[in-house]
Amino acid sequence: MSNGLVKKSFWERMEEIDRRVIFLVLLVVVAVPLVVSVPVEIPPTPPVIGAHEAVASLKPGDYMMISIDFDATSAPELMPMLEAVLRQAFEKDVRVVMLGHIAIGLPLGHMALERVADEMGKEYGVDYVDLGYRPGYIAVMIAMGREIRDVFSTDYQGTRLDDMEITRDLHSYGDIELLFGFEHGAVIDYWVRYAAARFKQRMAFGTTAVMAPDAYPYLQAGQIEGLIGGLKGAAEYETLIGVEGLGTRGMPAQEWAHLLVIGFIILGNLGYFFTRRRARGAGGSPADSAEGTG
Amino acid sequence: MIGTWLAGFLTLAILSFLYKDNPFYKLAEHVYVGVSAGYWLIYVIFFDVKPMLWDTFVTETGVEKWIILVPGALGVIMLSRWFPRSAWLSRWPIAFTVGVGAGLGITANIQGYVMPQVGATMLPLTGMNVMTLINLVLMVGVVTTILYFYFSKPQRGVFSWASKIGIAFIMVSFGASFGYTLMARVSLLIGRLYFLLTDLFHVIR
Repeated sequence: MSNGLVKKSFWERMEEIDRRVIFLVLLVVVAVPLVVSVPVEIPPTPPVIGAHEAVASLKPGDYMMISIDFDATSAPELMPMLEAVLRQAFEKDVRVVMLGHIAIGLPLGHMALERVADEMGKEYGVDYVDLGYRPGYIAVMIAMGREIRDVFSTDYQGTRLDDMEITRDLHSYGDIELLFGFEHGAVIDYWVRYAAARFKQRMAFGTTAVMAPDAYPYLQAGQIEGLIGGLKGAAEYETLIGVEGLGTRGMPAQEWAHLLVIGFIILGNLGYFFTRRRARGAGGSPADSAEGTG
Repeated sequence: MIGTWLAGFLTLAILSFLYKDNPFYKLAEHVYVGVSAGYWLIYVIFFDVKPMLWDTFVTETGVEKWIILVPGALGVIMLSRWFPRSAWLSRWPIAFTVGVGAGLGITANIQGYVMPQVGATMLPLTGMNVMTLINLVLMVGVVTTILYFYFSKPQRGVFSWASKIGIAFIMVSFGASFGYTLMARVSLLIGRLYFLLTDLFHVIR
């Protein structure tokens, strides 16, 4: 079939396209909508509305704990939703307590916290605090149900919790109105199974798109109040709070990239179908012609 | 400024792998691994060993001061795996970890996962409305998927049909996961391109 003497069909030539051409097309399709911004409608979905309402239900002075359970590999998806949630919380004068279970990701959360707090005129130690990182996932979560000081006796800088206004009266989940986790892995399971089930802690989550299907059962069962899934979820949240962040700006590119991949999937399947039919017509084995396709 | 250029160079070096493997990609890959490992080590020392072990031992008085030596000793014994003649000692901390993990895991999974999820599947099927239909689909999906993974009886007759319906539900689940995975990967590309076009090349303002 590929000896040069037999004329190749359109589909056979398509099969031999260098994968780098596909990468290049995808690059262009993603880059152009970012530069030439075309607004798209982003209607919020019930899981994201649930997360928004969970934060909206907080009163001034309430504590919201934010858990940073991701690192740089998930930052483009989770940072926009983290900033959006922080904006909404600070606007309501909610006190924010940050911690994290992924050591190399916590500085990303701290950067977002400082940036948004600075924009909204909030003061460290009064309106927000960063407790830092402690290893041990489950042990940390269970211990905090008894006394936060058992695991976090100081904040990330070494200041004692009793010496800061924000943490002076903070002791356990009983003082925390809502826990909002930003997840790129299994830590969401630990939060739900250990903190929500045992201590009846109210929870909402923002997850990477990959993690979202695993988190939906918790939402359906009412174990969590809301779920922001991937960059699209972040864009929906930004729509709800009326802010245009990376989530909203990325949606046109996301839309075009999805259309391109759908096109590639249809093209690939048509190619598989036609080359198999041609091979059958020529008396060859369909399996031979199908090799390397799909 | 230097940080932005460095981040831009490393981003382009990593993306260059899409063309083919090259020394720039190798450099960026090694820098990432090295920085991550170094960063993690510092975090473990200053957020774990120092506050949880050293500071506790120095500041606490009474029984708690000495109890902290138990997990400390178990941690040190774990390092015996490096030496073949004493590697068997590491089984003690491993046994401790497995025991605690299993004990916590069993109760948490029953209390926090199995019971709520089973409860969420027992939905009302009364009334002729959309919710009844949705509840029915969910219930059929759960039952037939479980039947597909029931291997103690040959899948023939009605059982075979039920498990085939289960496969259909599993396929829909795989499709949803693939769609979300695609969205995640494209989002990462959007994030990096946005950084390059905004901070490095100043194409977007």
